[in-house]
Amino acid sequence: MLPFIIATLDAFVIYLVLTAGSGEFLYFWSPGEFVMGIFLSVIVGAISRNYLCRSRNYRMLNPLRWLKFIVYGFGPFFLAMAKANLDVAYRVITGKIRPGIVKIDPKLKTDFGITFLANSITLTPGTLSVDVDEENNYLYVHWINVKKGQEKKEFADCKYVCGNFPEWARRVAE
Amino acid sequence: MIEVWFLAAFILIIWIILSTVRAVAGPTLPDRVVALDTINTLMVAIMIVLSVAYKQIIFVDVAIVYALLSFVATLYIAKYLEGGI
Amino acid sequence: MWTDYLIWIFLIIGLIFNGLGTIGLLRFPDVYTRLHAATKATTFGSIFTSLAVVTYGFSQLYLTGNSANLTLSLHTIVAIAALILTNPVGAHAIARAAHRSGVMPEQAVVDKLAEVKK
Repeated sequence: MLPFIIATLDAFVIYLVLTAGSGEFLYFWSPGEFVMGIFLSVIVGAISRNYLCRSRNYRMLNPLRWLKFIVYGFGPFFLAMAKANLDVAYRVITGKIRPGIVKIDPKLKTDFGITFLANSITLTPGTLSVDVDEENNYLYVHWINVKKGQEKKEFADCKYVCGNFPEWARRVAE
Repeated sequence: MIEVWFLAAFILIIWIILSTVRAVAGPTLPDRVVALDTINTLMVAIMIVLSVAYKQIIFVDVAIVYALLSFVATLYIAKYLEGGI
Repeated sequence: MWTDYLIWIFLIIGLIFNGLGTIGLLRFPDVYTRLHAATKATTFGSIFTSLAVVTYGFSQLYLTGNSANLTLSLHTIVAIAALILTNPVGAHAIARAAHRSGVMPEQAVVDKLAEVKK
């Protein structure tokens, strides 16, 4: 029952965002849009209740995690993304690269945490996630400028590859 | 103020034409897919900019659907490259 | 109004980074480094050109009070969210497919993934 409610509420919120400005009811919406939105979101929830929250783990319902996620998105993540783009600009103009695929062990346990970290390091300086070892949760990362000495180690140092993103992934997603 | 948006769209179209060079010339198949992905992202940006230039909000809705569908297309091509289909 | 300058700055940043992504796509030697340029730079550039549109919508909403501008801004924010969520996943899928279909990184000093495959 809980997946159905979550899916319905999600669909309803997205519908409200997409139809804001259509009328005067509650300042933004017209009553017809409200009724139609509830009707359509119940249908979407009924269809997708078997695909959402399959692991029956509802830790992401905690609003504190959403707050941390928003802080992360506007703070460290945006900063790292700006730095990544200046880095790419430098590499494009000078052509100085030393590429390689390294293995890191972020010590995360859940699937959502690994997904979160992989998406984060794809958009942050000099790194691109290539593959994931699903048994041990190791990540294979393409690094555009491998630091000298790191290519000989079995696991590259997380400090150089992804900064403190594993801690953020643990805070938000685990 | 309106001319600015047309100028931005024009420059973005120049970037798309440059990406098309990689899509045609790319030595391997993944190179072409990367060029296609870049073109899709730039296309979304162009649609959003043109929606202001022509004052048609429906362009932004088209851009949202285009972004999601091009993502699905990229995933399918990647699956095909892996030999999954 | 001062938001006009903000729109100019956002548009110029966005166009420059989109161009850098395209030039990187043409200049880099193999598919993985091209993915670096294409994914990061074009995502960042498209976010900034879209932020210019968001700023335009809110400033017009303040000036004219027309609620169509609110719709424009909100829809553009949804488009930005869709871009941020889908672009890294697409890049990850292409990189994995390229490695599995046998395209190896050029000039690589280390390739742990190929060592695992053997």
